[in-house]
Amino acid sequence: MISAISLNSVFTPEFIFTVIRVTTPILFGAMAAVICNKAGVINIALEGVMLTAALFGVFGSGYSQNLWVGALVGILGGVLISFLLAYFALYLKTDIILAGIALNLSTVGGTIFLMFALTGDKGATNSVQSLQFPRIDIPFIKDIPFIGAAFSGHSLITYLAILTVFLVFFLLYKTPFGLRIRAVGENPDAARSVGIDVSRVQLIALLISGVIASFGGMYMSMAYMNLFTNNMVAGRGYIAMAAAAMGQANPVGTTIAAFLFGTMEAFGYQLQSQGIPSQFINSIPYISVIIGLVLYSMYRQRLLKKKKELKLKGKGV
Amino acid sequence: MTKLLKMKTNSVDSRFEAIRFIVAIGVALLVALILIFMVSKEPFQALQYLFLGPISKFRKIGNIIETAIPLTYLGLSVSIMFAANQFNMGSSGALFLGGTTAAIIGLVLPLPFGIHPLVAILAAGVMGGLWTSIPAFLKLKFGASELVSSLMLNFVAFNICIFIIMNYFRDLNAGTLASTKFFETVLLSNLVPGTRISYGLIILVIMVILSWLFMSKTKWGYALRMTGLNVNFAKFSGISTAAVILYSQFLGGFLAGMGGASEMLSLYDRFKWQMMPSYAFDGVIVSVLGKQKPQYVPIAALLLAYIRVGADTMSINGDVSFEMISIIQGFIIILIAANAFLKKYRQKMVVKEATEND
Amino acid sequence: MEEIIRMENILKVYPNGIVANRNVNFSIVKGEIHALVGENGAGKSTLMKILFGIEQVTEGKIFLNNQEVVFNNPQEAIKHGIGMVHQHFMLVPSLTIAENIVLGDEPKSGIMMDINKAIKDTKEIAERYHFDIDPKMKVEDCSVGTKQKIEILKALFHGAQVLILDEPTAVLTPQETEELFKELQLLKEKGHTIVFISHKLNEVKEISNRITIMRAAKDVGTYQTEKVSKEDISNLMVGKEVLWDLNKSKAQPKETTVKVRNISLINEHQRELLSDVSFSIRKGEILGVVGVEGNGQRELVDVLTGLNEISLGKIEIENVDIKGFSIRKIRDLGLSHIPEDRMKLGIAERASIEDNLLSIYYDKKDFLKGPFLKAKQINEWSKAKVKEYLVKTGSEKTPVKMLSGGNIQKVVVAREFSNSPKVIIADQPTRGIDVGAAQFIHKKLIQLRDEGAAVLLVSADLTEVMDLSDSLIVFYNGKITAYFEDASKLNEHELGLYMLGIKHQSDEEVRRCMYD
Repeated sequence: MISAISLNSVFTPEFIFTVIRVTTPILFGAMAAVICNKAGVINIALEGVMLTAALFGVFGSGYSQNLWVGALVGILGGVLISFLLAYFALYLKTDIILAGIALNLSTVGGTIFLMFALTGDKGATNSVQSLQFPRIDIPFIKDIPFIGAAFSGHSLITYLAILTVFLVFFLLYKTPFGLRIRAVGENPDAARSVGIDVSRVQLIALLISGVIASFGGMYMSMAYMNLFTNNMVAGRGYIAMAAAAMGQANPVGTTIAAFLFGTMEAFGYQLQSQGIPSQFINSIPYISVIIGLVLYSMYRQRLLKKKKELKLKGKGV
Repeated sequence: MTKLLKMKTNSVDSRFEAIRFIVAIGVALLVALILIFMVSKEPFQALQYLFLGPISKFRKIGNIIETAIPLTYLGLSVSIMFAANQFNMGSSGALFLGGTTAAIIGLVLPLPFGIHPLVAILAAGVMGGLWTSIPAFLKLKFGASELVSSLMLNFVAFNICIFIIMNYFRDLNAGTLASTKFFETVLLSNLVPGTRISYGLIILVIMVILSWLFMSKTKWGYALRMTGLNVNFAKFSGISTAAVILYSQFLGGFLAGMGGASEMLSLYDRFKWQMMPSYAFDGVIVSVLGKQKPQYVPIAALLLAYIRVGADTMSINGDVSFEMISIIQGFIIILIAANAFLKKYRQKMVVKEATEND
Repeated sequence: MEEIIRMENILKVYPNGIVANRNVNFSIVKGEIHALVGENGAGKSTLMKILFGIEQVTEGKIFLNNQEVVFNNPQEAIKHGIGMVHQHFMLVPSLTIAENIVLGDEPKSGIMMDINKAIKDTKEIAERYHFDIDPKMKVEDCSVGTKQKIEILKALFHGAQVLILDEPTAVLTPQETEELFKELQLLKEKGHTIVFISHKLNEVKEISNRITIMRAAKDVGTYQTEKVSKEDISNLMVGKEVLWDLNKSKAQPKETTVKVRNISLINEHQRELLSDVSFSIRKGEILGVVGVEGNGQRELVDVLTGLNEISLGKIEIENVDIKGFSIRKIRDLGLSHIPEDRMKLGIAERASIEDNLLSIYYDKKDFLKGPFLKAKQINEWSKAKVKEYLVKTGSEKTPVKMLSGGNIQKVVVAREFSNSPKVIIADQPTRGIDVGAAQFIHKKLIQLRDEGAAVLLVSADLTEVMDLSDSLIVFYNGKITAYFEDASKLNEHELGLYMLGIKHQSDEEVRRCMYD
């Protein structure tokens, strides 16, 4: 096993390519989570958003044979789930965590139901000719040794994911609405005191996150594969949430956390060739989330302890 | 006037809750209706299968009870954890782990008839409980959210179990993934001929009673409930909320593990699970329907089982797929837990009560 | 000078029946600094909340420049040029000063926020009012004094002509207070009008032109500041109602059971919330803790009951050092606690009365048979308690949130008093409850005292604490500044002077409360 994780195999362009590739859906989900966290709403339903968008995107592109129509339909599907979460949690006052869980449970079966109703397929959308996002070979970059193999040739949607990080950063830190999102999430009373409608800001934040997470779902069904299979998101929504928590909802920190999880997953694939059982490989993303969560919580606890010690220092204790 | 209003609102509240409950289920079924009409070529027949299918044959009625058994275990599991305000979602993983444990005991440990299944079920419960205690431990030691860690652990549990069965107990002659056959002594024998209901039902009834006793009649159950209702109050009164966090989640996993074992030993003669069973995630809805009270969980489980069997009948005989039930279940959860649902109506009820007697 | 605001005959009754303002008349003159003074609960905050649109009058009128106005929310008040700086800052810590000030009214350039304009506008307004701040600094990195400046600037940015400051110096250091006063003078010179809510008489005397004094929801008059002395103000502020006849027998205090020695509590901002406090509580005595809220009483209760830990010093209860003790361990020593926040700590509102009574007894041998609760016995016991404590309810199974405030408190008291406590910490025990319930609780406290309990009574209600206590200590700025061995010999005006920091005893006199 040590030989498998030798430096040689890690610092290859193929490995970096894999890392970027597998991080794509997590990155989308994490950015969606960042916006929600900043606005003070916990969006557990990312999993459901991604799954729904994955299915809708396949149907949209399959029936219209137009990729962009497909993307639009996929987004609509994802936003629908976000809207339901917003409506039930913000206006009907269902506990937002319970509502998120309910939506996730519904979409697992709901997508199968829809798939069967529209196509008669039960396990995968075999009968739908979905389109895929194209791969892009970046001119000039692709010819650079090492860098070209690692960074060029990804799916369009992967480059979109990287762009999304910048867009989210821009939204949150450069626009007035982003300022309001951050205010609402940190101190809703302060926001209210200047006349901001807190629920409305949170609703919009949830809808925007729905759009972003939808791309994460569509990556699974329209880039990674070219069809929809049952429960294909497989927990990536939750992993994305964990990345956002670890990154403290800061776009930069969250991106790093997301890539960390992607790296762990890529490691797993490396180990696969060494005869490590597939179940262990499959478990790596989930275990790394738990470890990440624990490390992060430990870090926070230590921070609080330091604060306590600081206050005693003032008295010369 | 204010005092009178307060006493009136008490009775209004309980009536209002009941009405809201019924309306929530009604809305969910309405959604089902709409879906069926949209999707089916013969909607009325589909509806007939959905609502009357479960009572059309004796075997179907047996199905209702069989289906309700694991649902009850899961409902109890989630109810105990949610009652302590712990959002541990690990019941499905514990169920799977419990089933696997029972299978292993059935494959590896020969024991006399009668004791064998009991030992298997007990072991399954312990394994399930230990597994769901991990998020509790992480929360107490590191402050990590039990929601995320328990969800992750579900995936891990699944992988561990499949790995063990595949690599140590696999029947190489079988076509799909399956273990070799269990010792016959571990199986739970049939209780009601004509159905698949086994003696596991009796064990379940005992567990329901024990859970109810635990929650309402013991000091641990009391401490658990108070912690769930107001953790500050519990701490203030000197209750060890850390202990509650730990044992509530252990017991939740224990019950889910038992549920998995019960299923494994009642329905199969070898390990055959290739995916998480579809009902594995239904603990939440049963718990929500049963208001987190062990005494209502069986009723909630039966209600849900009825709908499931109906949906199953409908999907076999008609053209509406079984998974429609996920959508209905989601709506039920979200509507029942919607605190502001029908809030205006409640206001009207309160005012009506108050003015009626003036 | 022209009148700018007039509030006429204001009556404010809250839904729970409490009258916060009764027949209040308040008038402000343009360009003055007008102090609004009164004890906690006197009604001054409510009056200003009404002016700022946070609350609405039950009856009464408001006139702005002789035109009648109604403010349904703060935005309307702001539009009319009224700004308010609250005690708890409404700022977003991770945003910069400029961002906080323009929040809600952000300058745009295309779809982006024009942060440079925001900084420019902030700098401009800061310079105009001689506020020395850096618009690019994050609020979380600012001192408390700076945060307050930001709040004032925010109000000015939104066009406030009249500024209401609610207890602005409560969180400031002396230097910061000086700076604030300089700024207020400048604002006044620029034509702004300031209403300054406070109970710190030194400051009120220093900065204000006129004072309005409120007491028990009424206004007790408006005066020219230079024409009234601090003693006069104190006398008008601090009044005592006539309490029902408690028929309190004289206390027979015995040995000390609680020893507090040199305790200090420092918060993360290096503020000393408790400063070298020492005293003792004796068995068979009610020791009252008097003081304007926010002078350390809260923190004292927290460290005695296990909700917080001291930074320095030692606390002994029944001769046991409670350092590191859990709440449970402290309770096992014989301590009972009536918490100030009854809804958050004292009860679980959705649980039944019976369950709420049980919370400190549920694992006691008497109520248990193995792990099982003796349901019948507990039920009879709770029925008896409901009867004994006159809790008005149909059944002991009713959820407590259905009860009135007074009855909820009686449930709390019934629980805390029923285990023959050796030490009782009663924190605002009769706040917000009806007279009947309050009377009942007072009688019970005296009864327990006579049975040998040591009672610490912390209350902002002067009437209650003076009539019920045997001895009194006064808290001011985290320190004990006075000790009175016999509360019955005290005059409330005298006490007011100590509460407001106008007078304080010598260290010798204060040390008597340790009974060493």
